[in-house]
Order: sequence, then C-alpha cells, then structure tokens
Amino acid sequence: MIDASESLTQRVEPIEAGEHVIAAQFIGEQPVLALAGGTVLLGMNHQRVQPHGDAAILVASADETMLLTGGDDGKIISTKPDGNSTVLGDEKGKWIDAVAIGSSGATAWSTGKKVVARDGKGDLKEWLAPTTAQGLCFAPKGYRLAISHYNGSSLWFPNTEGKPEFREWKGSHLDVTFSPDGRFLVTSMQENTLHGWRLADGKDMRMSGYPSKTRSFSWSHDGYWLATSGADAAIIWPFKDKDGPMGKAPRECGVRHSKVSAVSFHPRALVVAIGYEDGCILLCRLTDSAELLVRPAVQNEGRITSMGWNKTGNRMVFGTEEGAAGILTLP
Amino acid sequence: MSDKIPVTVLTGYLGAGKTTLLNRILTEPHGKKFAVIVNEFGEIGIDNDLVVGADEEVFEMNNGCICCTVRGDLIRIIEGLMKRKGKFDAIIVETTGLADPAPVAQTFFVDEDVSARARLDAVITVVDARWLKDQLKDAPEVKNQIAFADVIVLNKIDLVSADELVDVEKNIRAINAYATIHKTTRSAVSLDAVLGKNAFDLDRILDIAPEFLEDVHVHHDESVQSVAINLPGDIDPEKFMPWLNEFTQAEGPNILRCKGILSFKDEPKRFVFQGVHMILDGDLQRDWKADEVRQSKMVFIGHKLNRAVIEKAVEACRV
Repeated sequence: MIDASESLTQRVEPIEAGEHVIAAQFIGEQPVLALAGGTVLLGMNHQRVQPHGDAAILVASADETMLLTGGDDGKIISTKPDGNSTVLGDEKGKWIDAVAIGSSGATAWSTGKKVVARDGKGDLKEWLAPTTAQGLCFAPKGYRLAISHYNGSSLWFPNTEGKPEFREWKGSHLDVTFSPDGRFLVTSMQENTLHGWRLADGKDMRMSGYPSKTRSFSWSHDGYWLATSGADAAIIWPFKDKDGPMGKAPRECGVRHSKVSAVSFHPRALVVAIGYEDGCILLCRLTDSAELLVRPAVQNEGRITSMGWNKTGNRMVFGTEEGAAGILTLP
Repeated sequence: MSDKIPVTVLTGYLGAGKTTLLNRILTEPHGKKFAVIVNEFGEIGIDNDLVVGADEEVFEMNNGCICCTVRGDLIRIIEGLMKRKGKFDAIIVETTGLADPAPVAQTFFVDEDVSARARLDAVITVVDARWLKDQLKDAPEVKNQIAFADVIVLNKIDLVSADELVDVEKNIRAINAYATIHKTTRSAVSLDAVLGKNAFDLDRILDIAPEFLEDVHVHHDESVQSVAINLPGDIDPEKFMPWLNEFTQAEGPNILRCKGILSFKDEPKRFVFQGVHMILDGDLQRDWKADEVRQSKMVFIGHKLNRAVIEKAVEACRV
C-alpha cells in the first residue's frame, strides 16, 4: 500500500485552522476539525460552522455519523456532515470534561462528577461518580459505559438500576479505552503510566516507563495492538494473547528526539500515524518498522493534538496546538 | 519562562475579605483579562473575564511521597484554559476559606503539563486583623495559609487599635518571616502590590528586618515558624544541594515552604530555589551584579523545625 522509498510531504494539503485543534477526525469520509475557539471546519472545502455560538469547544469526538462536541457553555452538540447541529444536552454553563460516542447513536458526557448517558432514542440517564469523571468510553458491544476517575474506573449499564461495577486502582485515572474485543479496559494515569484490567477476572496490568502522561490511544484495526503517546516513540502494546500485554515488552515505533503527542492507527492496515510535540508526523508500518515522513517538524506551530483516518483509509487529517492543520491523501 | 501564564493564588480564612479583594482586582481599570477559578460563583460577576467553577478535588500523587498532593480539578481546568490562549493574560485561583494551600501550590510544580504552561506568580493571603488571634487558636488552616503567603493583605485594620495591630503583625511574622504585608481596610490594596509579583524573583525574601527575626523568638508560634538564614560569601553546591535534598526528603511533611537565593562558588549566576513540602525546584537565574554583595539567603517555613540544626548544616556548606 505504501511505497517506503518516498516521503508523503507533497501529498499533504495544508488547512489554515487558526486555532488550537481539539479534534481532527473524519465523519465517515468527511474530514472535520473542531477548534478551541468554537469553530468547526467540515468537508473537503472546509465549510465553517459555529455550533456553540461564541462559546469554546473543550472536547470532541467523531464517528461515521456525527461530530460530538462539549463546550464551555455546558452544551453537548452533535453536528452532521451537512453542518446541521442538534443540542443533545445542556449542563447550564458548566464545562464539559469528556464526551463519548457509542453504537446506535448513543452518546455520553460528563461535567465534574456528573455523568450523563443518552441512548439513540434520546433517553437520558445520570450517574454521580465518586470523584470527577476524567474519561468516558463506550464498550464495543451493548449499552455500557466506562468512566475513569480518582482511584479507579467504573463500568456502568445506564439502563439498569444496579450500581456501576467499580474497578479499584490507586491514583488519578485520566483517559479510558476498551479493547475492541471488550476483554480489556485501559486507563492513562497522572503518574505517567497506563493501567489495565482484564475484565473477565479483574487482573491488573501496569504498563509503565513513560516519561510523560499518555493522552492519546489508538487500537489497530484487528484489535491486537494499542498505540500510545507520551514517550519519544509510539509505545505499542500487544493485546492479541489471552493475557494481553502481561509479561510482554511493547513495540517502539518512530523513535525521535521529540515526544509523541498523538497516535492514530490506519483503519485497514498495520500502519500507525505518529504525531510529535515538534509538529512532525510519521507513518510507521508495524510489520517491518518502515517509516514515511508525512510532515516535518515545524517551528512555532505546536504539537500535533489530534489525527484521524477516513473509513477507507486513503486520507488522514491532523491538527496542531497552534492552529495548523492538513489532510494527507495517500497515493 | 516569561511566556508562561502567571497564576495568582488567593487564600484567606472565611470572612477575611477574599471576595472583596477579588472583586477589586477584577473591576479596577487595568486593561488585563483574567481567567478566574472560583469555588462558588457568588458575588463575582464580571463581563470581561472568564470565570470557571472548581471542585477543590485534592489527589494524592501515587509516587511514594505521602505529602505530595495536587488539585486534580486545577490540572484539568488549566489544560482547558490553555486551549484558549490569547483570551486572558493571567489566572487567579480563589480557594475556599478552609483550604490548605499546599495542593494548589504543588500542582504548579508537580504536573508537567501545568508547569510547562503556567507559573505560580504568588500566593496572596488575606488575613482578618480583628479575628486572627482567635483563628490561630482554633483554625489550623489559617496558619498554613499565612505560612504559604508571598503577600499578606492584613485586612480590617480599622477594627483594631494600633497596639493590637502591632501584635497581629508579630503573630504573622512569627509564622512567616518573609511575606510582604499590606495593611488595608476593605481589602483596598493597589493591584501591583498583589499581581505580577513573580515569586521566583526572591530578591525581597530577605529584606527582612533583623528586629523581626528577633521577634520570631519572642513570639514563637509553637506549631508553625520560619527559619531564615543569611550567609555572607559563597557556599559549596557539592555540599549544599545533597543536604537540601536530604533535608527536604526527611523533613518534607514538616516543611510547608522553602525558598532561597544562593551564591555558589565560581558561579557568576545566582541560584534560586523554592519548594513545597518534599518538592524542590531550582535554577540558575541572572548574574550577580558588580555592586551586589554575594551572599546566600534562605527561608524554611514549617512545623517543628530545629533552627540550630539547620543553621549548623548550612554553615558547614560554606566555602
């Protein structure tokens, strides 16, 4: 698919985003950039819309159907590829800390300790976490939400009355992700480590050695690998076996003298896009560690904050802290 | 360092006049835009500034250091604010009256993302002149708040006599020998007295009048005190730094704050450090000026500090 002898820098179309890029993703085949100032850029001609009016966008996530944004106006808004947006929730001016998209149109968000799940029909369910909810992630199957917080994570079935299942591990848990097969739950922590639980038996896994916090996760299309940011290379943990990464060393891809700030696996091949704090982006093929340059380090344009692939996997969009962005189209 | 956003932490016991001071800061014509982190949206209403609610969630860092606590909500809020660079010039964090300032201050040293983008400018503590004496007896928070202060706004001085005021000041000095004290009524203090202090620039630390240091012994507060040391000439970093590290590791839970400007042998620049409990942060700063007397000054503020032991240890590091 990728010819390892060439650089891809000529195949990147730059976009003047102009503000901190919160999310650079695709809604199916449509690129979308959610900017901190509140603007959303949609489609290949970058139509600008302001779903939150004058308010800022703090968090955002996209899937094949929508862009979900949470603002400092307390609103949670779904924006479709045609630019039409719908307010899904309103937390009355409270900052939205996290959002997540599940299957069948389900969404979730949190502000402080309050976690809200909204199913595809629009039914809202609320739960108060023991401490501030830091990260949210829907399970790959079923209407179930993982919430990371201080001293552990909780697994909540919004449609059942029972108490969420609490998985304890001391410390402050930041972001959370389910493995695509639903067997493992992984959180990033304040103390520069990852924590994992094998859900079947609650076995703990510590994935440590990071020089800084992991703030970006990405699973490979086959679900066997988890790429993570936070080190001078993308740290890629093996999850294929029954024991996941327990007792195994991770792969390190794209070692450079700059920390990895974002990772995004290709949707069909074992290729991971690695974005760095100095603005550089590499594509790295897991099978032979071959690297391709997508974007050289650029001074004063900030770290790569987000990257995402379209569904077919021939395009990738990215954005930086200082408002630079671009779309890579593969040959 | 200069492009980091300055953060002012505003503390003070219930009713001392914190909100009055905050409103004064926000409403005075200064052309600055603030992001204000408050615990209760109450009587502050500002059009131009960004007001964010906080939860004062104190987390223990899971790093083996028992006294190392941070404000988790603050890390998240500052991360959010940094996405909106250009919308504000400075951050003010208001704490509740009962809050311990340590986790707030430590957040700016411990969290790498926060410390890369923001710097603690100063801790401002508003003190109630009328009730301080009683509060020192009943409220341990008040002692910590005074101990942590870079600047103290001694408020409500119209409610005490001149003699009482002298007493109150001595009480404050017994706990914190280096903070700048401003005496006010209704928290009326000029803004440049509380903002842009740059606590890292510790020049003023040791312009503590010697009579105050004597007073410290007289009005010795049994639970929190300052130990200030001033050594003319140079000290040996090979001896001093290991001692400082060991001392703060061993005595960390008892040391609320420490600060110093050091004159290292054969080093043209001044070495400046400050710390909260076990956490130390230090760097070489500007050159010593030609007309400046080379000397090392430092202050330790905390519980159960043994002045004689500290003095002896530091003295042993002299060149």
